[in-house]
Amino acid sequence: METSTTDIVIVGAGGAGLRAAIAAAEAHPALEICLISKVYPMRSHTVAAEGGAAGVIQEHDALAHHFDDTVSGGDWLCDQDVVQYFVENATPEMIRLEHWGCPWSRRSDGQVNVRPFGGMKIERTWFAADKSGFHILHTLFQTSTKYPQIRRLDEHFCLDLLVADGRAQGVVAHDLARGVTRMVCARAVILATGGAGRVYQFNTNAGIVTGDGMALAYRHGVPLRDMEFVQYHPTGLPGTGILMTEGCRGEGGVLTNRDGYRYLQDYGLGPETPPGEPRNKTMELGPRDRLSQSFWHEEQQGRTIDTRWGAAVNLDLRHLGAARINERLPFIRELAQAYVGIDPVSEPIPVRPAVHYTMGGIEAQLNCATRLPGLYAVGECASVGLHGANRLGSNSLAELSVFGRLAGESAAEYAADQRPAEPAALKQSAAASLQRARAVIKPSGTERLADIRRALGQAMESGLGIYRSADGMQACCDKLQSLRERYAKLCVTDTSTVFNTEWLSALELGFLLDVAQSMAHSALARRESRGSHQRIDGYTTRDDANYLQHSLASYRPGAAPHIEYAAVTITRSPPGVRAYGGELKALEQTDG
Amino acid sequence: MAETIGIDIVRYRPEKDGEPWLQHFEVPYEPDMSVLDALLYIKDELDGTLAFRWSCRMAICGSCGCMVNGIPKLGCKTFLRDYYPQRVQLEALEHFPIERDLIAGIDDFVVKLEEIKPYIIRSDERPVAEGPFTQTPTEVDRFKQFSLCINCGLCYSACPQYGLNNEFMGPAALALLHRYNNDSRDQGRKLRQPIVNAEEGVWSCTFVGYCSTVCPQAVDPAAAINQQKVLSLVDYAVHAGGLGDSQDEPS
Repeated sequence: METSTTDIVIVGAGGAGLRAAIAAAEAHPALEICLISKVYPMRSHTVAAEGGAAGVIQEHDALAHHFDDTVSGGDWLCDQDVVQYFVENATPEMIRLEHWGCPWSRRSDGQVNVRPFGGMKIERTWFAADKSGFHILHTLFQTSTKYPQIRRLDEHFCLDLLVADGRAQGVVAHDLARGVTRMVCARAVILATGGAGRVYQFNTNAGIVTGDGMALAYRHGVPLRDMEFVQYHPTGLPGTGILMTEGCRGEGGVLTNRDGYRYLQDYGLGPETPPGEPRNKTMELGPRDRLSQSFWHEEQQGRTIDTRWGAAVNLDLRHLGAARINERLPFIRELAQAYVGIDPVSEPIPVRPAVHYTMGGIEAQLNCATRLPGLYAVGECASVGLHGANRLGSNSLAELSVFGRLAGESAAEYAADQRPAEPAALKQSAAASLQRARAVIKPSGTERLADIRRALGQAMESGLGIYRSADGMQACCDKLQSLRERYAKLCVTDTSTVFNTEWLSALELGFLLDVAQSMAHSALARRESRGSHQRIDGYTTRDDANYLQHSLASYRPGAAPHIEYAAVTITRSPPGVRAYGGELKALEQTDG
Repeated sequence: MAETIGIDIVRYRPEKDGEPWLQHFEVPYEPDMSVLDALLYIKDELDGTLAFRWSCRMAICGSCGCMVNGIPKLGCKTFLRDYYPQRVQLEALEHFPIERDLIAGIDDFVVKLEEIKPYIIRSDERPVAEGPFTQTPTEVDRFKQFSLCINCGLCYSACPQYGLNNEFMGPAALALLHRYNNDSRDQGRKLRQPIVNAEEGVWSCTFVGYCSTVCPQAVDPAAAINQQKVLSLVDYAVHAGGLGDSQDEPS
């Protein structure tokens, strides 16, 4: 094993990891940052985000509105001090990205443009056509090359964290191309490894989104928080799950069922708005959880459309016209043509809900510090408490900018006060980590990787879907336990060290199983309905008396996770009615 | 019996193989299957040791480039229906060393991307409090297209000059350089000019234009290089005429 020491090691080089690296380099220029990614940075899944990033910019908007939208969108499970910090810092981060070259879409007068987005009261979503994540990621990657103190280890797979004397002191990472394992000792560690959408069969996520950092922190005793809250994005392409951005609806696209009916008006999101004239927080601009739930009801009632890839509804953009589609949604047009053979200029796009985002993650404070000293977490892998029970679209690209910077600064400040790591003291632990990881390679194993992965995805879809029941969730928990037993007998035939992607897939499957268990057991324990966690077995309403609390799932080797609860920080917005469309209007009028 | 399609893959496992070799697979055929879908099927069902890169499966992450019947393409956006019932032959991207199977070693390309100073350079950093820059639609149009590169590397496999001599900066890196030089927010052109003018800069390009043909994002690196050649000549003429530096240098 090769050994190196650095000041801060960052695992994950997507938007959050890159932003953290830049922030650390700027805050403490003398510190060296080692940025590790299992892919090249520009392959990270941030690249696939389409719609945009939220930040209050218009005169008639206010930080208080962004705060209220986020808190009610999250069904009051958001930590409000965190939301306040977020809304205050989102716009400066959007401006900083602009200064770094991000090609935000602009109005004809040359000012940055914003578009409406689901659950947002006023247009505040900064966008770069429908490739916002792509442009943010490339801007951050390219900008990061300016800092010589950021040393990258591309295509290095993180096998484990190094923890000694009660603090995180580095990582063990495998260099895919050279086939060697490296112990990277550091004074502070930041996890920025993204979400875990791949635990589900049908999702919008890239193949790399396998919950690596979540599982690593979890195994080292850091709880995973609010893991039962998994977002189904309402508009994925049937078959592949490829994302059709919420920007489609922000630009005026509408959803119709098999009768051509705008069904969202039947689910508390109406009144119906004229096509092409989207109204904020109404109809197609309702929040994602509510839209995905509406689809579920339509499917139950046989009002969805049968496609060769299963049930779908129509996302109709035709009334926008070719010019607007080409300007604002060129990627959507290209994707629909390539993957379902539909040109949205002349035909509606079939869509259905697909797992998109993990609201929960590694428990972290506002400054991204976890309860393990020296370990920080940021971005989708983390739960700083921003999204509550349902994330609003365009809050996650803003999150990775705001909290990426903060994580970089917090970790740098911490690292500057720490003694350098001592490799000699960590060697044994690193060797043990490598040995555990290599033990997965068993040509004599009897279970097939693809079978377990498929069974995992199906178990999650059927037991932990848009609507849930105790029986279904218990069956899912039982299934996960049996998959874990099968995983112990996994067959991995490839014994090589260079680009042994079979081995890496097996390790990723181990991460996925741990994360899936935390989700299923957290869900089973929450006997209420809130945001994306909806039950149909008697616990159909929100229960603030008992469950206005974050869930915390703690790892227990060989057993189900231990679930406990922690308080939600409420500052100025007591739990209220979550209303959209006409209901919201009526409520606002009553309040004067 | 279900229809199948033949997929031939050039395998190379550095720890086992002295030379690359060809392996044949039969994969169940569906008209909406991509080359990537076929590879995932092979890995899951036929041979777990096959190595290839992939991630987003929607042609935006740039991971899954490979040679498909001799032409550089993204696996996720190349469909078997365009070949069926003929066989498809896959190999790692040309002009790069093979790391393993379909995985090309692209570090040289990534280093070149970094070398062109791919970031906004200004003599004075604009404070965040002053808000965003203003850019007119015309100013945006000057660089937008060149900012769409997904770094897939297909253009390097297409470029005969890079194949002959990999000192050449190559299409994507020069297109990225052009992107920053053409951005009204940037003042770094003078710092990048030595890269443009060097022997391995734009003058190595013989304007074959195949880079632009294979680009999956219509970035048109050939146009970027050609425009840089023109600017380079103008600079040369201006300097030779003693008229001083161009206006957009940092002050």
